[in-house]
Amino acid sequence: MKPQNLTTVQTAKDLGLLPEEFERIKEILSRVPNFTELSIFSVMWSEHCSYKNSITWLKKLPKDGPRMLAKAGEENAGLVDLGDGIGCAFKIESHNHPSALEPYQGAATGVGGINRDIFTMGARPIAQLNSLRFGDLKNDRTKWLIKGVVKGIGDYGNAFGIPTVGGELFFDECYQVNPLVNAFSAGIVKAGETVSATSYGVGNPVYIVGSSTGKDGIHGAAFASKNITEDSVNDLPAVQVGDPFQEKLLLEASLEVIKTGAVIGMQDMGAAGIICSNSEMSAKGEHGMVIDLDKVPTRQENMQPFEILLSESQERMLIVVEKGREAEVQAVFDKWDLNCVQIGEVTNTKRLVYYRHGEMVADVPADDLVLGGGAPVYQREYKEPAYFAENKKFNIEQVLEPEDLKAVADHLISHPNIASKRWVTDQYDSMVGTSTVTTNQPCDAAVVAVKGTDKAIVLTLDCNSRYVYADPEIGCEIAVAEAARNITCAGGEPVAITNCLNFGNPYVPEVYWQFVGAIKGMSKACTKFETPVTGGNVSFYNQSSDEGPVFPTPTIGMLGVMDDLSTLTRSDFRNQGNLIYLIGESKNDIASSQYLASFHKIAASPAPYFDLEKEYAMHQVIKQLIKEKLLVSAHDVADGGLYIALLESAMPNGLGFKIETDEAIRKDAFLFGEAQGRVVVSIKPENQEALVELLATSETEFSFLGTVTSGDLLIDDTDFGTVKEASAIYNNVLHNILGD
Amino acid sequence: MKFGVVIFPGSNCDEDIIYVLEKIMGQQVVRLWHKDHDLQGADFIVLPGGFSFGDYLRSGAIARFSPIMQEVIRFANNGGFLLGICNGFQILTEAGLVPGALLHNQNRKFICRNTYLKAQTNNSVLTSQVDLNKALKIPVAHGEGNFYADKNSIEELKQNDQILFRYCDAAGNYTDEANANGSIQNIAGVCNKARNVFGLMPHPERAADSLLANQDGLAIFESILSVANA
Repeated sequence: MKPQNLTTVQTAKDLGLLPEEFERIKEILSRVPNFTELSIFSVMWSEHCSYKNSITWLKKLPKDGPRMLAKAGEENAGLVDLGDGIGCAFKIESHNHPSALEPYQGAATGVGGINRDIFTMGARPIAQLNSLRFGDLKNDRTKWLIKGVVKGIGDYGNAFGIPTVGGELFFDECYQVNPLVNAFSAGIVKAGETVSATSYGVGNPVYIVGSSTGKDGIHGAAFASKNITEDSVNDLPAVQVGDPFQEKLLLEASLEVIKTGAVIGMQDMGAAGIICSNSEMSAKGEHGMVIDLDKVPTRQENMQPFEILLSESQERMLIVVEKGREAEVQAVFDKWDLNCVQIGEVTNTKRLVYYRHGEMVADVPADDLVLGGGAPVYQREYKEPAYFAENKKFNIEQVLEPEDLKAVADHLISHPNIASKRWVTDQYDSMVGTSTVTTNQPCDAAVVAVKGTDKAIVLTLDCNSRYVYADPEIGCEIAVAEAARNITCAGGEPVAITNCLNFGNPYVPEVYWQFVGAIKGMSKACTKFETPVTGGNVSFYNQSSDEGPVFPTPTIGMLGVMDDLSTLTRSDFRNQGNLIYLIGESKNDIASSQYLASFHKIAASPAPYFDLEKEYAMHQVIKQLIKEKLLVSAHDVADGGLYIALLESAMPNGLGFKIETDEAIRKDAFLFGEAQGRVVVSIKPENQEALVELLATSETEFSFLGTVTSGDLLIDDTDFGTVKEASAIYNNVLHNILGD
Repeated sequence: MKFGVVIFPGSNCDEDIIYVLEKIMGQQVVRLWHKDHDLQGADFIVLPGGFSFGDYLRSGAIARFSPIMQEVIRFANNGGFLLGICNGFQILTEAGLVPGALLHNQNRKFICRNTYLKAQTNNSVLTSQVDLNKALKIPVAHGEGNFYADKNSIEELKQNDQILFRYCDAAGNYTDEANANGSIQNIAGVCNKARNVFGLMPHPERAADSLLANQDGLAIFESILSVANA
């Protein structure tokens, strides 16, 4: 190789590597790397690909469970056994940095990437969700961001043809500069039809299929591993461009080519492009590859070797094929009019060797590039931030109870965090595939039927990041518990989770403390609920230079299963005169509630009341009530407290409620506090005795709240208006700010 | 009855309509690939929803030139039954097989939600069994579904009884609010003058399975079968 291409420690720094990492690379190669090789290390050792600052803690998460078919880190996504020979692959991933710069393409390619992670395993995606967080909605830049992100997700997901069935939307000023865009997908695969991201068999051909490779997204993974600054605009070429039509063709062709049985291994090309797929597949299969970069179909002339290797052009796959069966593979991609080009072959060297114009341009050992191999692993320092002790000083007595609680109710229903999200959800095709059971039957989690079986998967994304900021450990326990509660209320059985860990700069000890706390909380709660962590993604550096880090946001994507739809439980009140009960305990608690944060504008408070053991016990009671068919509806108490939970159950069918509060508890805490572990249920009057009997024998607290009315909202005989009035506000909050 | 469902690259409601025709209505269905020239003896052709060829140009503008479409157009011109749903309707207007055009939704956004529609006539294969007084709950999912035709064409459609469905509210009133995409006179579906080609923006196949707790779309499929089998 040409000596003039040799690099220095300054080149390494410019590529985002540390001086000690440059030394380590020289040791691995026993020489100074050239620019192409150094580029390879810089992306593979970026936080995004190597998890170097998080893996020590991620390893502490519970990964085992009776239903796990592929554990965290083994494949592109976790794979869970649904029974009867059916598996579900599911995963969540962030696209925060690209979306901050170019919301439309940033969000769109996030959707494309997560779906490729699913179908590269042989699973056909059947449902998508997304979790979005923005700054103040009244801000013009926020409006631009949300419009672009939602249109990007919609245009990509709608054309791709997989329904978007649920998700989250949350606003807080901490996300002003750095919004969060987390995309989730779940797919179904028959046992024995999965494909692994591996490569072996000397002489087996290596194919690149799908779109051509362009100069987009180069160093995207490294870009995702930096703070956002005013210079970030210079990183615009690091944002990729999506083409959902190509993705749809690639989906069909990939699933068809797997059926031929000629595929040894397959991996999509997302972050860090060809080099990432080459190295991860080769390291897993303990083989090497020799690749001729001249063969890669490119969009531009004269691309440099590092550009071809690092390009994050979308809608591409790397496939290793059994030698002699090339024609079968070619025929499938010809049918779908997609590129399918052999670019190299498998070797026994465990090294990746690249040629360009007949000249060797890079020679690196595969294993040293990847997580679990030679990629660096760091222990980061962490330190409790000063705000944590301040939060604990909060006392409800310092907050004066408002005289007009109807004004609080009106404030909450007109707050974008509480109000209807239909401005967003109407832009997503939520019904294509005709399996979305929850279209006409609202539930606390999305329920999607698995065609050809009696089963359904039950999906939810949850994280109240205000709680996690207040107390990372308890806040993250709550995120897991809320996800399990939603799945349980819908009539499903929680099975496993995927996580998207959005945090600030890991080199800031106070930020890393939030990360460590969240991992501890997640471990504890996932162990309790027997929902192992199947994988996900870590997104650090979600902070700007002047506004500090975002709230620590470990988004939990939980998968539940329903063996048949007989346990499906809706969240809406159905009939006037039905009785309303609260399962769980009312508490004199308003900590970290939407009410405290936006009505009283008090930011310093601990996480709301939460007891993991009682929460778990309460879920078992709900399951029992569902099994005994005693419930008409079940809806968990979450953001906005009991009042909002009641209203959300009332609105779908234009019904109301008449309830009594508890004298032992402050009325504002009773109605708007967000103490955890509570579910509002409605029942037919004739089932009251059976319900009370079942609950009385359990350890779980419960109380009678009142009855379902024809539309009036009455609390201790105080008039809170009608459901019609409340709905009119609730349904139009986002429209009034964002326009039609 | 033998149905043929055309599959373009980018079709994504093809399996949904096939599921309803096969599993719920118990009919024989053949899949017609866009590169083929053979309709495989189908008696009734369906162009399904989706984003044929990505719809990066006008929706449906490219699909109409595909090899299978040349056969489908010939089939329709000879009186064969042809239904286009959503993107299929867009392809039909691009091919000039039904009148009118489908513009961007009035709010310039993709819209997916339940809408209500009422059949305007029983004098069509699609609506023969549909209760004209019932507001059917059938979802839409499109970015370009805003039906437009000039004044004379609309008059002609009315005179020839070619308007099959109009958007209404749950109570059956033809309001602006119920007209999600801004279609002229709330028009959701039409047929050609010869009454053998049908275009429909809403998705009846998304309202046909008891699993989804909404079977209002079944009346349309039952109509098709009753006429075809008569």
